[in-house]
Amino acid sequence: MNRMAADTANTPGGPDAPATATAGAVRLGAAAGATRGRLTLRRFLRNRLAVAGVVVIVLLYVLAFAAPLFSPWDFTSQDPDAYLSPPSARHWFGTTQIGGDVFVQTMRGLQKSLSIGLLAAVVSTGLAAVVGAAAGYFGRWADRALMWLVDLMLVLPGFLILAIMSPWLRERGWFFFMLMLAAFMWMITARIVRGMTLTLREREFVKAARFMGESPWRIIFRHILPNMASLLIVDATINVGSAVLAETGLSYFGFGVQPPDVSLGTLIRDGAPFALTSPWLFLPAGLLLILGVLAVSFVGDGLRDALDPHASHGRFKEKKNA
Amino acid sequence: MTTAEAAAAPDERPDADPVLRVDDLQVSFPSEAGRVHAVRGLSYHVDRGEVLGIVGESGSGKSVSSLAVMGLLPAQARVSGSIRFAGRELIGLSDRELSGIRGRRIAMVFQDPLSALTPVHTVGDQVAEALLVHGGGKLSTKDATARAVELLDLVGIPNAAARARAFPHEFSGGMRQRVVIAIAIANNPDLIIADEPTTALDVTVQAQVLEVLRTAQEVTGAGIAIITHDLGVVAGFADRLMVMYAGRAVETGPVREIYSAPRMPYTLGLLGSIPRVDVAEKQPLVPIEGQPPSLSELPPGCPFAPRCPLAVDACRAAEPPLVPVTGTGGVAHRAACHRSEELAGDRSAEETAVQVFGAELVEPTDLATVPRARRQTVLRVDGLVKHYPLTRGTLLRRRVGTVRAVDGVSFDIVRGETLGLVGESGCGKTTTLMEILSLAKPTAGTISVLGSTVESLGRAEAKRIRRDLQVVFQDPTAALDPRLPVFDIIAEPLRVHGFDRPHIRRRVADLLELVGLRPEFAARYPAEFSGGQRQRIGIARALALEPKLVVLDEPVSALDVSIQAGVINLLDELKAKLSLSYLFVAHDLAVVRHVADRVAVMYLGKIVEIGDAPSVFGAPRHPYTRALLSAVPVPDPVVERRRERIILTGDLPSPADPPSGCRFRTRCFTFAALPEDRRVLCVEREPVLDAAADHAAACHYPRDSTSLQRV
Ligand code: SF4
Ligand code: SF4
Repeated sequence: MNRMAADTANTPGGPDAPATATAGAVRLGAAAGATRGRLTLRRFLRNRLAVAGVVVIVLLYVLAFAAPLFSPWDFTSQDPDAYLSPPSARHWFGTTQIGGDVFVQTMRGLQKSLSIGLLAAVVSTGLAAVVGAAAGYFGRWADRALMWLVDLMLVLPGFLILAIMSPWLRERGWFFFMLMLAAFMWMITARIVRGMTLTLREREFVKAARFMGESPWRIIFRHILPNMASLLIVDATINVGSAVLAETGLSYFGFGVQPPDVSLGTLIRDGAPFALTSPWLFLPAGLLLILGVLAVSFVGDGLRDALDPHASHGRFKEKKNA
Repeated sequence: MTTAEAAAAPDERPDADPVLRVDDLQVSFPSEAGRVHAVRGLSYHVDRGEVLGIVGESGSGKSVSSLAVMGLLPAQARVSGSIRFAGRELIGLSDRELSGIRGRRIAMVFQDPLSALTPVHTVGDQVAEALLVHGGGKLSTKDATARAVELLDLVGIPNAAARARAFPHEFSGGMRQRVVIAIAIANNPDLIIADEPTTALDVTVQAQVLEVLRTAQEVTGAGIAIITHDLGVVAGFADRLMVMYAGRAVETGPVREIYSAPRMPYTLGLLGSIPRVDVAEKQPLVPIEGQPPSLSELPPGCPFAPRCPLAVDACRAAEPPLVPVTGTGGVAHRAACHRSEELAGDRSAEETAVQVFGAELVEPTDLATVPRARRQTVLRVDGLVKHYPLTRGTLLRRRVGTVRAVDGVSFDIVRGETLGLVGESGCGKTTTLMEILSLAKPTAGTISVLGSTVESLGRAEAKRIRRDLQVVFQDPTAALDPRLPVFDIIAEPLRVHGFDRPHIRRRVADLLELVGLRPEFAARYPAEFSGGQRQRIGIARALALEPKLVVLDEPVSALDVSIQAGVINLLDELKAKLSLSYLFVAHDLAVVRHVADRVAVMYLGKIVEIGDAPSVFGAPRHPYTRALLSAVPVPDPVVERRRERIILTGDLPSPADPPSGCRFRTRCFTFAALPEDRRVLCVEREPVLDAAADHAAACHYPRDSTSLQRV
């Protein structure tokens, strides 16, 4: 009774709050900072492969942007003295048929592809999550309107639209191209998310949050989406790969990244026919692509396990409480 | 039976070969944490025409052992020992041979009747099917159908010939369970195994189903093994009892013997932990601390030792064998406890339990002595109506009717008071609750919380009201977000209402201590806790904002009996400590009698009786309340067998089409006994409830309040 009374007297942030707060932290012990964010981070860091994945992605980025600075060549420059020459001290990854430096081109491609792949995946999965959860959670007209949009996007021929918009896109640069890619990738996931939201919405913990006065959007972001984290993460991981591939496909038909600019996709496409005679044309690009996608999937796995308290990976292997 | 014989074979009557004899049964499963020894050396028998009650908590091995008898264990289970059915060894038989016995000579009634029936066949066909499959071609389809109707009639399905052509989903839960029983007895089995046959049903239906089981047994003369966690259910039904704990029988014996003089602390604790609906003065409930041990790494010694208040060193050294108790008990009464002798005595089981486990009643506060009229009204519900449109068609929705889920409900709760809202499922109690919690404008009527009427609330005001109005849900597993650590779960209401971090931290630690958990638990996830602990977390969350009124939606019905008492005691204690008011919704009337100050009984969207708990339970006036109370099983075989049961006929009418006049008249026994001319009133005029009165019933012919009588 006394303690409760003391609590009531302490309006939040009141004069003696800091002193007692320390006491609270002491009693919570190691659990003091036990919010979801920190626990997730702690568990994620315990997963070696996932951390390695993050390191690899960061390294790839650093490499892609920093390495060309150490090369005398530029991705548009041509070396008239070396046509289709194998790797050497002068051209680390060799040269192309017209004397372009494969190393700088690969780095330039890596910049583009990494950014397009990662961003498109995040944007499309994020869009799917928000649209699907909003449709499922709010129901009624919001549901009808959003699902109508999803159906519309599903029947629209994405490829054709990208083709038609390509002159406009070319002026705007790769960022808008990435947005357009993402715009055609989210619909199916949104439908799945909507279905899962419909069931989660009726769960008691969501009701509890509602009765607490939590706002709908916070419920969506705190309770609904985390409970389908596995789905979203797997979806995003797959989307990284498909965005890179889609970009390659579009570039092939001349809509995506256009020469003289390059992406990993265009490099692989251009180099593949000469795989047996001049493997240096596409091998570096291919290997980097594989490395990147692999790293992303490790990070995805790690994230999924870290968010899921049931996953055996990274959980306290403690004895159950008494 | 002479004494010499009995001593030689204490657990059997040598003249009769039991229907089922299980000897040293061991069942184990592989699991990630090592082998789980679900059943560890279990021996029992069921005689012809006898009812054996098998009682235990979840994980005690009670269900696994009966699945073993049926040969229905998964392939990876390792089974040893002996199971002899009518003299024939079942272990080692092939699945083909077993299925010849299963269904024909051993029948099973499961907890969930819906999954036991095929949705796409009529119930008549399913009963007939059971007859044909095991009939060996001697029976023609026509005969089978005729016999099926007979059987359905026997289990009390009204208008059986017509109803036989209905599908399972057209039946209510109780009716489905009757169908399952009809199938079970179709082939005159020698043994019926009933696994929690009444758990999912309402009390009134529960009483009906037990009645049907009894009839079924009389007709077939079969032995019955009824498995349950509810000591009340078996008190009046079983002849002998076997209490299981951690995969073993810890006490067996004649029902009366065990209830009146249990000789093992666990049984004692179980008996002391159930509130009783038939006892007027509040008795303390015995909580059994801790939880059942993990069956994969059982320490040596008595498995109950960590939770046993009597445990001594000897208990941790060796597991006590199941031996006949000395003293009054007679040879059939056996217990597995080193100190069972010390429990002998002539006090009642409850008294002994209270003494052994050291339970106490919470002191009533000063507030409780203040008359109601002078206390602040925390919640007032006035003429609450909630109707749902009943629509048909997917494209063009047509309104085809109205479900009158709640149809004019009024009550109020004052500070420091607990109102118990009881009724069968479908009576509208949950809808009432959700209406109050949603703070939205109801179809009609008003709800006011602490003086503010909810419909006029702005956003900010609604949020303020939410601070004073919190909820604890039935299923603690579903009510806690599995992806959030306990800290975040308890902190959520605080965060929503804008408290700062240091305050939240301190408060979470306080709350965890308040509900009897350790503050360090904040870093764990809900999945790492047991059911009772999770419910405590749910309670901590509800108390975070220091509410005035806590709505409790069946807060203990999802918990094991031994855990229930602890949570009920906690709720009692918190109420006194924090001057809380509770709106306690439950179907378990015994629990309600224990916690509630006032009780409201709902039937089909209306309150039929309301009043202070002692008068409603002590002198119920509405026929429905009387029926409800008489249906609640009492964990005392002597009382239970003496009690007169009012068995309600039929099921709840549909709330879309309630009967005219008094809604209860289709099932009312008073109505049925009335002469024609006096019935008119019930059919034509709806009885009104005087909600302002201390004890009121909505009935034209209530039972005279002067004829006070115990239930
Ligand atoms: S053997 Fe010991 S620990 Fe086990 S029930 Fe008896 S007294 Fe308790
Ligand atoms: S009003 Fe009539 S039908 Fe209704 S409960 Fe009373 S006696 Fe029964």
